[in-house]
Amino acid sequence: MNEQYPALLVIVPLLSALVISVAGWVNKRLCFPIAVAALSVSAWSSVGLLFRVLNEGAIVYKLGGWPPPMGIAYYIDYLNGLVLPVVSIVALLNLISSKKIVEQQFPDKAGPFYTLYVLMVTGLLGIVVTGDAFNLYVLLEIASLTGYGLLAMGEERAPLATLNYLYMGTIGACFYLLGIGYLYIVTGSLNMVDIARLLPPLYQSKAVLAAFIICMVGMWLKMAFFPLHAWLPNAYTYANSASSGLIAPLMTKVMVYVMIRLILTVFTPAFVFSTLAVSHYIVWLACIAIVIGAVLALKERNLKKMLTYIVVAEVGYMVGGAWLGNRAGLTGAVLHIVNDALMTLCVFLVVGNIVYKVKGYAFADLKGLFSKMPFTMGAFVIGALSIIGVPPTCGFFSKWYLILGAIQAHQYGFMVALLFSSLINVVLFFRVFEIGFYEPFSDHEGHEHHPAVMAEAPLTMLVPLYVVAISLILVGLYTGDIVNHIVQFVIPKGFM
Amino acid sequence: METITSIKPLLAVLVSLLIIPLVVVSSRSPNVRESWTFVAAVAKFLIVLSMLPVILKGTEIVYTVVQFMPGAAIKFRVDALGMLFALVSSSLWIITSAYSIGYMRGLKEHGQTRYFCFFAICLSATIGAAFSANLLTLYLFYEILSLATYPLVTHHQDLEARSSGRKYLLYVVGASIGLVLPAMLICYNLAGTLEFSKNGILAGTAASPSLLFILLFMFVFGFAKSAIMPMHSWLPAAMVAPTPVSALLHAVAVVKVGVFSIIRILTGVFGIQLLSSSHLGIAVCCVAAFTILVGSFIALSQDGLKRLLAFSTIAQLSYIVLGVALLSPKGMTGGMLHIAMHAFGKITLFFCAGAIFVATGKKNISEMIGIGRRMPVTMAAFFIASLSIIGVPPCGGFISKWYLALGTLQAHQIGFLVVLLFSSLLNAAYFIPITYKAFFCRPEDAMFENKVQEAPAFCVVPLVITATISVILLFYPQPFLRLARMMVQSITGA
Repeated sequence: MNEQYPALLVIVPLLSALVISVAGWVNKRLCFPIAVAALSVSAWSSVGLLFRVLNEGAIVYKLGGWPPPMGIAYYIDYLNGLVLPVVSIVALLNLISSKKIVEQQFPDKAGPFYTLYVLMVTGLLGIVVTGDAFNLYVLLEIASLTGYGLLAMGEERAPLATLNYLYMGTIGACFYLLGIGYLYIVTGSLNMVDIARLLPPLYQSKAVLAAFIICMVGMWLKMAFFPLHAWLPNAYTYANSASSGLIAPLMTKVMVYVMIRLILTVFTPAFVFSTLAVSHYIVWLACIAIVIGAVLALKERNLKKMLTYIVVAEVGYMVGGAWLGNRAGLTGAVLHIVNDALMTLCVFLVVGNIVYKVKGYAFADLKGLFSKMPFTMGAFVIGALSIIGVPPTCGFFSKWYLILGAIQAHQYGFMVALLFSSLINVVLFFRVFEIGFYEPFSDHEGHEHHPAVMAEAPLTMLVPLYVVAISLILVGLYTGDIVNHIVQFVIPKGFM
Repeated sequence: METITSIKPLLAVLVSLLIIPLVVVSSRSPNVRESWTFVAAVAKFLIVLSMLPVILKGTEIVYTVVQFMPGAAIKFRVDALGMLFALVSSSLWIITSAYSIGYMRGLKEHGQTRYFCFFAICLSATIGAAFSANLLTLYLFYEILSLATYPLVTHHQDLEARSSGRKYLLYVVGASIGLVLPAMLICYNLAGTLEFSKNGILAGTAASPSLLFILLFMFVFGFAKSAIMPMHSWLPAAMVAPTPVSALLHAVAVVKVGVFSIIRILTGVFGIQLLSSSHLGIAVCCVAAFTILVGSFIALSQDGLKRLLAFSTIAQLSYIVLGVALLSPKGMTGGMLHIAMHAFGKITLFFCAGAIFVATGKKNISEMIGIGRRMPVTMAAFFIASLSIIGVPPCGGFISKWYLALGTLQAHQIGFLVVLLFSSLLNAAYFIPITYKAFFCRPEDAMFENKVQEAPAFCVVPLVITATISVILLFYPQPFLRLARMMVQSITGA
């Protein structure tokens, strides 16, 4: 059983997606429990895998017993050992929260929704776990296509916004495929470790350079890295909150994971940071992404859309951190994959709760929310503080490493961009708090106030929300352990 | 230095957080709810007090909560200075809690449960900052304190509260993220640790003088709670808060966490050798002296009593910074002692302002002519406390001013002595007329009937207690004086 965790992780949700789609025809009420069961198995296996990696080091799992490079190998090391539990747990928590949303918004589509949901999680987990560059593409398409379906279930404008995403996303995936094709031509292999072994003599080859650039651009498109971000805000905003709660925290983060995987495992840091010497420019691009994301968020008068621009800015954090090309920067980027997934989930779950009760997410709908939904808003405050970067929440510590990396790499522009974005985040979130806290204004000097009528979201939505909110603080407090026992082994030895 | 490991510092921090659920649960019955606050306040004070004998013996108490990376952890270290500050704030919390009951119920304020909850968080953060062993822990509690004070400052939830809240966040949170955070990371990168040390962690690193200068002022202005000009204007704005908040937080806890942080930066991060050899101490003195004079001058022109007190606080906070930045043993003792002396005096003044507001609804000094006839006890306490701030006997403020003055002489800085004396004159010029007009006005000018009608007992008793303590501190300045001396001894090694 233990040995089969890597397969269980992917196979169980894949098969149960089929079961759910059939169950949808028989009895719609069966879909949710099956989905929860499937993702629980995934979550359990991914946590089990993490502990195995901690005890035994990296694991190679040959799918169907075929040896690589012919067969597909699942390769689990400290990097995806850390990301897998995050993906599966975030997906599970949002799934639990989505029950009420589905019941309220599209009860007839429960079957297709949960099928797509579980399939998408299959894709995401597969991308993270696989050690085969082409297999990664296949799973990327599974995750993307299901993602388009999920995002299109939303408001009137959702299908159009998703179509835009579909175009951009398809181009991104094609770029990646093209890059892998080039690599296959020059190395004759699709296995990542194998490619890395074959590449060093070819570092000067134009084909490798082209492959690298094309792969990177493809990933940047998929992760909405500025200036390729334009598809993201609308697609995420107009989707239903159950879908955006899955995709906003995970899709961009998994793509960042792929980028780091390509840098560390496939092309190796020696090639990326020494042979190519372009990291300086990419960090500057990341600075622009952060600043633009923050400024565009400032412009919005709509909570969900504001958050989507924050997602864009956060992508800049991770890309910049990874490209600083030093230990602290990469540590920050990897930590931020975990932290940002959790804090984005936290704020999107809050949006889900608000939409569920108030039926809107424009700023005007948020008036008096601290009295109406004190628990939801309490969790929102924790999520917001983490995004701002206030200790002891986890957001502070990834920012700590990112800034430290920036100082050590003498990239002071990146430090300034990070601080700027923190300050803008203070403005962004306190503006929301202000509306929830002060408005509607009372006529008298504050002594008789708006009568507080509590209308809190149901427990199935509050419990996942609080699990995430508390985890933000716990992950923050245990940052030292995460870095010492996991993240430091992600980065190759001797890499400063 | 001998150290012992004990969980007491952590308990002292957590005890007020633990009662918050109880406060929320008992929100329906105010008497039960407030009794929880008292339980926490007394427990906190007793925990702090129980550590006092150990500290007075010259031992330090340490406790590491979590280690993040080498040199950066959530870690407590109780030393003499931290103990001094913790004693002042935890003892005054008990008194302020009583006063809060009188004030909040007297004015029938809304949201009292929220008020007491956030007050408890603030005190946790204050004690946490006092016991911080390193810059990271200090920053953590500093930020928590900033954010937990926000709902208290904006308690009235009206337009004025909102704009004051914005100003408060802009200065306090903006400066800490924009200046302290990068400065802290640069320090960490230079020194490889953030742990405060007797000689300063930056001593002996490869930092150039100009970098040191920039770092120092990033810290001094970044800790905007210390209200050093030009980072001061949040403090008058924050006076929109209910008066107990102004009294404990904006005269004692919050602002002194700012000053305390600067003391830690000067003594624990830079170290006095580095500061005196690079002449950076004098630079800080100049900024502080400027703040003292300008703050006192602005206070002269204020009519709102709480705003006057706010500007007076701005000036007095810089006394502390000036004293420590003089780097002479007497000056540092005076500065640290002033944390305690100013606290008891200024909190009394704020209590008086609040009591006047509860009893008469008046906020402006021009409306308080002859108020001594109506509220003699309050105004007598006001007089005593203002003497303490001016720095004349029979009040504790005299001792700290005395040490400060000696400190300037010891450092051969006569200019700063003149500043101190002149500022005392200014203090007298804005405080004495208030009391004078309150008691000695012509009968036809008096705005109040000649009939004693004080604020509720919950308001009056606390201010009598703090005024009495102010007087007692002149004759018996222990343990504060001894703690300050011990701290200075351990820093200078003399």
